[in-house]
Amino acid sequence: MAKKGKAPAPEPAPAQAADPDAPPPPEPVAPLSVVYCAVCTYPPEYCEFGASLTRCKEWLKEEHPDLFDKYYSEEALQTKVGTLSLEAQTKLEKDMAKKEVKAEAKAEAALKKKMASQIIIKRIERTKRKHITSVFGLEAFGIDLKKAAKQFASKFATGASVSKNPQGLEEIVVSGDVSDEILEMIENEVGVLKGIPADNVELVEEKKKKSAE
Amino acid sequence: MFKKFSPSTDIAGHTPVKTSVQRSIRAGVLSQWKIEPETLEAIWPKKEGLVHVKCREHISIYTVHGEPLIFQHFDGPFYPTLRLLHKYPYILPTVKVDRGAIRFLLAGAHMMCPGLTSAGGYLPPADAALPAGTPVAIHAEGKEHAVGVGITKLSTEEMRSINKGVGVETATYLGDDLWALQTL
Repeated sequence: MAKKGKAPAPEPAPAQAADPDAPPPPEPVAPLSVVYCAVCTYPPEYCEFGASLTRCKEWLKEEHPDLFDKYYSEEALQTKVGTLSLEAQTKLEKDMAKKEVKAEAKAEAALKKKMASQIIIKRIERTKRKHITSVFGLEAFGIDLKKAAKQFASKFATGASVSKNPQGLEEIVVSGDVSDEILEMIENEVGVLKGIPADNVELVEEKKKKSAE
Repeated sequence: MFKKFSPSTDIAGHTPVKTSVQRSIRAGVLSQWKIEPETLEAIWPKKEGLVHVKCREHISIYTVHGEPLIFQHFDGPFYPTLRLLHKYPYILPTVKVDRGAIRFLLAGAHMMCPGLTSAGGYLPPADAALPAGTPVAIHAEGKEHAVGVGITKLSTEEMRSINKGVGVETATYLGDDLWALQTL
């Protein structure tokens, strides 16, 4: 509006200046800040329904002692039972304890599996002297494949991409023979490549078969 | 809706939303939720483009800065995500389930009428009755924060009189895969 000319310009100006004074009520309502449990991500009042109540309790006691008193004091426990019968309550508690043990076992198994999973660095021959390198299995260690591919690309100044292999699983394909360098990077935990035990990495070579021609 | 949802397989793509569509979404949200335009502006500034995340089964999630704020099924009503609802609990009408129902809700079950009409539950009084198909915040007996977001399948008066079967269909709940998804 103000661009049009000099004459209309002064008019909107006072209106705009008056605006911030006139309406004080339209203010955004501040959001409530909700504390979330660091263990199970629920608001702490729902930890009792999660699968890691004991650890949640410990965390809450440490971080927010006031909230801990609010949720786990004798009084709170008394009122919480509320409308449920005693029988139902004990059954619920039993179920929860069972669930907790189960969840712990599951988490342990997942960790074990993670530690056992292999990373395969494969050198694949393309033409006589040219190779590509494929890295498979990084995602099991919680590594973002796209970021890792980007890192390889910039480190080796070659092409690197995330692609699906014939089994439909994702792997990183880097052009050029860089298998030893990648192994070294994993050992030194460069950039995003963190938390991989070096023993789990395997180097494989794949030669082109003559019969395929 | 989000009991099983994995971003790698269930998301078809991210697209920025056209401003004209954004305007209609903004208007829709303002008319459906009890939210002031200023507050919405603080959550979702006009300058920040909305990103539409298209998912399987006609689910759309709208994100600002990668944080999911709103989701929608097909052309249905807009739901706030649970994290947004925790910050602004008054934007949706409230129903409450009794304590016995919490663990089923946390396993993804729909809320049955008896859990809403019993002593620990709460339904809006007759003069503020909700029709069927209203998004509601599901609270729980003795708890401060909402535990889920759902949509009424019966009107609240019908829930009282029939008192059987599904009353509120759960859209998202504490601990589902949308909850686990903090950024997209």
